[in-house]
Order: sequence, then C-alpha cells, then structure tokens
Amino acid sequence: MTNQIYPPQTFAQKALARAAGLDYVEVGQVVDARPDVVLSHDNTAAIRQIWLEFGQPRVLIPDRMAITLDHAVPAPTTKHAQNHAEIRAFVAEQGVRNFWEVGRGICHQVLSEEAIVLPGQTVLGSDSHTTHFGWLGAFGAGIGRSEVAALWATGELWMKVPDTLHIVLEGLLPPGVTAKDFTLRVIGDLGADGGIYTALEFSGAGITALSLESRMVIPNMMAEMGAKNAYLPPDDQVIDYLARRKAKRENQTVSDEIVSNLKAQISNLALYPDSGAPYAAEYHYRAEQLEPYIACPHSMDNVQPLSQVAGTRVQQAFLGTCTNGRLEDIAAAVDVMRGRQVAKGTRFLVIPASSQVLTEAMRLGYIQTLVDAGAVIGVPGCGPCMGNHMGVPAPKEATISTANRNFKGRMGTADSEIYLASPAVVAASAVKGVIADPREL
Amino acid sequence: MQLQGRVWKYGDNINTDVIFPGKYTYTVTGRDEIARHALEDLDATFVKNVRAGDIIVAGRNWGCGSSREQAASCLVYNGVGAVIAESFSRIFYRNALNNGLLAITCPSAVQAIEPGEIITIDLARNVVQCAAGEFAYPPLSPSVMGIVQAGGLVAYVKHKLAVA
Repeated sequence: MTNQIYPPQTFAQKALARAAGLDYVEVGQVVDARPDVVLSHDNTAAIRQIWLEFGQPRVLIPDRMAITLDHAVPAPTTKHAQNHAEIRAFVAEQGVRNFWEVGRGICHQVLSEEAIVLPGQTVLGSDSHTTHFGWLGAFGAGIGRSEVAALWATGELWMKVPDTLHIVLEGLLPPGVTAKDFTLRVIGDLGADGGIYTALEFSGAGITALSLESRMVIPNMMAEMGAKNAYLPPDDQVIDYLARRKAKRENQTVSDEIVSNLKAQISNLALYPDSGAPYAAEYHYRAEQLEPYIACPHSMDNVQPLSQVAGTRVQQAFLGTCTNGRLEDIAAAVDVMRGRQVAKGTRFLVIPASSQVLTEAMRLGYIQTLVDAGAVIGVPGCGPCMGNHMGVPAPKEATISTANRNFKGRMGTADSEIYLASPAVVAASAVKGVIADPREL
Repeated sequence: MQLQGRVWKYGDNINTDVIFPGKYTYTVTGRDEIARHALEDLDATFVKNVRAGDIIVAGRNWGCGSSREQAASCLVYNGVGAVIAESFSRIFYRNALNNGLLAITCPSAVQAIEPGEIITIDLARNVVQCAAGEFAYPPLSPSVMGIVQAGGLVAYVKHKLAVA
C-alpha cells in the first residue's frame, strides 16, 4: 500500500474529506457529506412534515439524530405545547435515543455536556449556531429544515469545501476582557459578511489560555459573520472533558483507566490543520490591545468600545443563551452582583444554558446571590433570545444581553434596541440601569 | 428559460429576523399565513403590493442570521421568482435553492438595477437584463442545478429514493 502525499490541508478540507469518505478534497470541491450527528430542536415537528413526503416508514439512522426541546420551553402557548407533543411522539415512534426534554438546556450546550459530538466529526443542524461545535474541534454547520429531512432520509447532503480564514490571538486577554469581547471585535472588524461561505480557524496563545466555557463563545458567534464553520484546535483539556462526559453518559464508572481509554479513542478522531495549509487570509490580534466591546443596534458589526456606549439607559439585562449562559458567565455576574442590587426600573433576567449549569450554580450559591440581588431566574433554554417568550421587551425598551444577535425585531418587537456584551458588563448594567463598565463599579 | 419581473430593491445585510420574524417560527405554519409575514419588519408595503413573478434585488449578505427556512419559503409563497444579490448568507442561499427559489449572485447587476423596473433573467445564457444593460452571472454548479431543476430538495430526494 502506498501512502499518497497530499498538499497541506485546512481543518475544513480534512473534516469534509472524512465526512465524504474521501482521502483528500480540494477547496471549492462539492462533496456528499455524511454527518456523524444531525441536530434539530423545536423545529423537529416541522422537519417531520417535510420528511413524511419521502414516504419512508423509518428514518435511516436514528442514532445519528440529536433532538433537544429548547427554543420555547416550557411551552408558552397551547400551539407551542402541541409542537412539543408532536416531537415527543415522533421521537418515540422512531426510537431516537438522543432526545432531551424541556428544561434540560440549549441544544449546543446539552450536546457538548453529553459528549454527543466528538473532535473531527461533522455535525449539521437546523440551527444557525451549530458552528458552536468548533470549540471541541468538530466541523459544525447550520443547514435548513428540508436539508435535515433529507439527511434523516438519505444520510447525506451536498457541501462545498470552503475557503478558510485563519485568526490568531497572540498574548493573554487582560482582566475584564473576555472571549466575548474578542469575538465582537473580530465581527466588528471583518463585518457581518466577513466570513461568508468560509471556514474559520482560530489559534494562538490567547485561545489555548481560555477556559473551555470561554472557547465555546467564539465558534458559536462566527455564524454572525456568515461563516460555514469555525474551529479551535482541541487540546488535552477538551479531550479530557469529553472523555469524562462520555463515560458518564454511557454509565461507566469514571475511573482513571476508562477515562484514559476513552481519551485515546477521542484523540484518534481529532483533526488538525497542516502547517502551510492554504488560508485565504490570516488575521493577527494582540490580546492585550483588546478592551470590552458592545454590539450596538441593529447589526452585529456595529461594534463600539464599551466606553463609547456606557451610560445608555437599559430597561432589561439578560444573561443566558448558547453564547454566554454557562457557569463561568453566571459566576462573572455573581462577582458583580454580590452586595449590590438590580437598579430600580431595570429587570435582570438570568437563564442558565442547561440544567447542569443550573445545578452547579445552585450548589455554589450563585442562584441565591442573584435572587437576593433582585435577579429573575428562568428555565434552562433559549429564553427570549429570538422573541418567543420569557422576558421579551416592550416597545421602546432597550435590552443589554449576552446573546449573539441584535437584529431589529429579534426579541419580538421591531421597536426595541438590543445591545450585546459580556456577562460582567450585562450584570454591571443591571446594577446601574445604564450600560456600565464592571471595572468602574 | 426566462424569468421576467418587477424589482423590489433592498440594501446590505438584510437579516432573517426582518424577512420572517423569529417569534412566528413555531406558531405560524400555514402557507398563506407564512406568506402574510414576509419582510414584515423591513418593508410593510411588500406583502400588500407584491405580485407573482416579482424579483428581489439586494446588496451584500442577503438573508444573514437564522437558519429558518421560512425566510426563503415566505418569498416563494408570495410568488417571488428570484432573488438577485451582491452576496447571500450561506444558509439562506441553500434554503432558497432547496425551495426552488432562484438565488443569483450578480453584484454588477445589483448596482445597475433601479427599484420598480422590469428586468429579465435569462437562465440559458446566465445573464440579467435591465434598463442599464446586460450582466452575466456565474452559473450554478451542476450538482446544485440538479436540485433546482428537480424543483427543490424534497423533489430531488424523492427522485433519488425512487431510483435507489
């Protein structure tokens, strides 16, 4: 057997080659990819309606499906409840094992906690933030509902191998500057279409120094630049996290031996770009030159330094979502809120990204501190992010949020403003009733 | 084959929340009902005045944001014949073609086309014709053209399953 020598490759080339069962793919090549995981959520019932047109009694590979009820949970109206009921019936009928009920959390967070998606794998989902799974070195891309239906039926979907932009974060982020700030800065610099049709690869000391929870913020939000996927190289911390979670899900005792065996298996799946890979462009950031940023209404690339926006009145502060609803995000808010109160005339809404985040936040006393400070705690899920329910603003109100989108009308009314920021800035703004810098409290 | 229609012209970075608001995604499900909310937070006159065969012409990154397929299907349900843009968000682009809605990337035509004018898309020659002249656009890849020619992804997959 001869080993063919291929030119240096990007992560996207390697991942899509694997997904298509090929040894090598060129940038620009259209392949039939067979994803390892197909994600859907509250839109599953609508996808089922499309899938029924194919006339199949059974979906092709139920074990590749992963369904989470998260977008409008618990159901705010009878119609939403009916939607959930249809999904439960479908899940039971088709024997879908990877199904999570109302209250378990947001799909991207839950699939990460459950180690459903592993490094080097491909996950396609009917949710634009499926780019999220790049935090663990997977190829994650958003697709449409018809495409998910087609995947249930055939297991494969056409994908074009994208160009790749390489973004390097050198140095360490200063105190008070977070992965969210870095991400907002990149989107502000490159623009809302700066990553259109492209893959993104992140690297550098500033990336590897980030906690796992912080790493999740970056690929999650690259959807806002139009990217197809975004990738961070998985290191030992990522592989250890996934091994322990996988052991737990499979009801194995989390012994050193089992973890080390699983780590070896997961490491074998991981894919890394070659040195000399063909990047369409490369951008370098110096972490110590970054500061807290805010994405201002009504577009994601309307990014200003916090200092320029501070003082803007907000009626609501919202901490949560797949972008920033994790334990460290809640901890950052608790640091700000301890001994302080939410400002009169402002509401502070905190929605943990998952039941595991909520459990830990309770165990550590965070929830009590937040409630004592006047915060409102919601059920794990997407909350008011896309205007479904549970904390939507009134017309003329402004919200500062840890979410990922500030489009006009996003939270339910076109007549309100959404500012996006890091968790500490959102908490500080809740305390002051105006957009505020937590370092100046 | 040619498509002829009247132009609705919009700007850059028009997102899915103004094309089809997220709050409707699980409660507004019927074809007519979906059609009624098209471009609701962008242009309130659109749904009142749109005619079958009309063509949307837009700037960069049309359809950015959510993966919601109704952003494409709400236009199809209003009879929109095509969207011509300087560029498309990738999920909208896929959703459009998968719903049989022609999505044409042609920056030079977008610059030249005036709102309200009648333009023609010549699919055989891959050109857009408007008052200012004729503008070529890159043809779709053969595999993707197969989906559009089948009438969208569902029809394409049905055919594939029947053949298998």
